[in-house]
Amino acid sequence: MLQIEELKVEVSGKTILKNINMEIPKGETHILFGPNGSGKTSLMMTIMGFSGYKVTHGKITFKGEDITHMPINERALLGIGVSFQRPPTINGLTTRNIVELCARNRSVDVEELAKQLNFSNFLDRDVNHNFSGGEIKRSEMLQLTAQQPDLVLLDEPESGVDLENIVVLGESINYLLHRGIKCPKGKPHKEIIQQKIKSALVITHTGHILDYITADKGQVLYNGVLCYSRNAREILKWIREYGYEECIRCAK
Amino acid sequence: MRKIDNAMDVSLEKYDDTAEEHSYVEKLTQINPTDTDQFLNVGVDTHEEYRSGTFIQKDNSVIHSKTLQDGVEVMSISRAQEKHPWLDEYIWKSVSPETDKFTAMANEKPREGYFIRSLPGVKVEHPVQSCLYIEKEGFAQNVHNIVIAEENSEIHIITGCATAPHLMSGLHVGVSEFYVKKGAKLTFTMIHDWGDKINVRPRTVTHVEEGGVIVSNYISLKPVGSLQMNPITYLDGKGAVARFNSVLVAGEGSHMDVGSTILLNQPNTRAEIISRAIVSGGTIIARGNMVGKVADIKAHLECKGLVLKDGLMQAVPELQGHVPGVDMSHEAAVGKIDKREIEYLMARGLNEEEAISTIVRGFLNVQIEGLPVNIAKKLDKAISETEKDMM
Ligand SMILES: Nc1ncnc2c1ncn2[C@@H]1O[C@H](COP(=O)(O)OP(=O)(O)OP(=O)(O)O)[C@@H](O)[C@H]1O
Ligand SMILES: [Mg+2]
Repeated sequence: MLQIEELKVEVSGKTILKNINMEIPKGETHILFGPNGSGKTSLMMTIMGFSGYKVTHGKITFKGEDITHMPINERALLGIGVSFQRPPTINGLTTRNIVELCARNRSVDVEELAKQLNFSNFLDRDVNHNFSGGEIKRSEMLQLTAQQPDLVLLDEPESGVDLENIVVLGESINYLLHRGIKCPKGKPHKEIIQQKIKSALVITHTGHILDYITADKGQVLYNGVLCYSRNAREILKWIREYGYEECIRCAK
Repeated sequence: MRKIDNAMDVSLEKYDDTAEEHSYVEKLTQINPTDTDQFLNVGVDTHEEYRSGTFIQKDNSVIHSKTLQDGVEVMSISRAQEKHPWLDEYIWKSVSPETDKFTAMANEKPREGYFIRSLPGVKVEHPVQSCLYIEKEGFAQNVHNIVIAEENSEIHIITGCATAPHLMSGLHVGVSEFYVKKGAKLTFTMIHDWGDKINVRPRTVTHVEEGGVIVSNYISLKPVGSLQMNPITYLDGKGAVARFNSVLVAGEGSHMDVGSTILLNQPNTRAEIISRAIVSGGTIIARGNMVGKVADIKAHLECKGLVLKDGLMQAVPELQGHVPGVDMSHEAAVGKIDKREIEYLMARGLNEEEAISTIVRGFLNVQIEGLPVNIAKKLDKAISETEKDMM
């Protein structure tokens, strides 16, 4: 689904990502760990194509297409969706408006989606205007649910979210990724989910989100390279016990 | 500054204030379609659904005037003078003919205008609509309008101003005197669609008595040669309230110098001025002036401007407090569209153009109080058309 080869990225003239190689196959959820400032958000912004993240070397391929220099909206239409850590406020544009825009020509029941995310009371507010940290997360999920991307990039979806809403959010991520679907009689599970299954890259520091979604793999970004890849829970345990540096050192 | 002053200068000799008589029309549906199209653009509904009265003046002729609800009067100013001898106590009592050459001309050569009055205690259910329309080339339209909201009454007036398409020159001078009596509420929504060669000089003064409310909405999205106005509102009674909203767009060749002045003369008076302005090749000077003369008043001014194409956007907020205990604030911002906002929307699948127009629409989307749904929709449409012209 997504393939990144030898990716080198500059931000404000400074190389932030040195040499990234990554592959997310169809239907897999990968977790991205890494200390503050290691470049996790930058990697997502680069995959989405934001200005300011300059690819100086390497290539990003999505669904077999080279998207390294594709405009943002074309990537979105091709099926990439991102939840932002610090999205801008757009004055005069309500959350309802933007959710409808995300749906494009698909018909979506905005009220129902908002209800599922405990977000009905926010639909008429200007998007992101004075939203709390947790409200931003739910607003971003709501937009993505309407957008229905095939590859979902989630930047710390659980940070700042309270205990009750983290359950809500976890469920909505599962719903978005088409996980945790019940099996009707007579049909193999695999067959049901196959059509709609989504891929995801999820940044987390705490790993709390792992209680709600199943991760196929974990990776660690350190010093501008992805140095490590294995079971996400295992990585988390190591980071907790030994810290990033030690964890990276012993992985070598 | 000099450049603007020149652009704002108008020589009266160039205009003719006489025009042929247009005959009175009994039914609005009989008005010719080119005219009604223009009326519709400025919020006049010829089917008069959800309207309590209509007044239409074309050049110098009042071509239609009627009321559809008891307790509200709508007529030409000359009729009103015949009917109400007491009107002399209102005409030229707030605006002085000596204010400038435009008021002097309007005094010397009065050419109709409307008289609208809600009787004491009457809540006028639907808005009264009025339209001042110029059809004649090179014409100077001088009107004098009086609005009286009697004690404890409520009325909404929607007034649209427009010209025949393709007019090459014209001047509109409108002297308006508004009186909001004790406990009354006047909502006044003015939509302008003048044409890019027309000079417009409204001269408005409002007096608001104790507990009275004036809400003024001003919308000008289409090109205008030059527009200069600075309505003055006196909050003369305790607890009186003034709220002024304006939405302005200046494309190439448009010069707008638009302000509001509000004098808070009594305790517990409140005033708010909110303006949104987009410059896309033209000039906008957005002024706001609030004067606090006594303690326990509250005034806020918010002026936001967006520059899409080279031009001038100048915000001039002024606050004057004369005694301790005034609470006055302002917020002014002039800028361009934030790239992060554009990219945020692009990440949701909108192309750059769609993203910009969505942001512009949001920017112009101030909550305009009491706007009937069909006008709100029309405004929305006008805004999207405006966007196309701006890009
Ligand atoms: N627009 C920018 N201009 C300058 N420096 C930037 C910019 N964006 C990111 N950086 C820098 O790039 C580095 C990587 O930042 P990034 O936000 O990608 O880190 P992160 O791994 O997401 O961190 P965190 O865990 O704190 O969210 C940081 O040192 C940051 O200061
Ligand atoms: Mg980050």
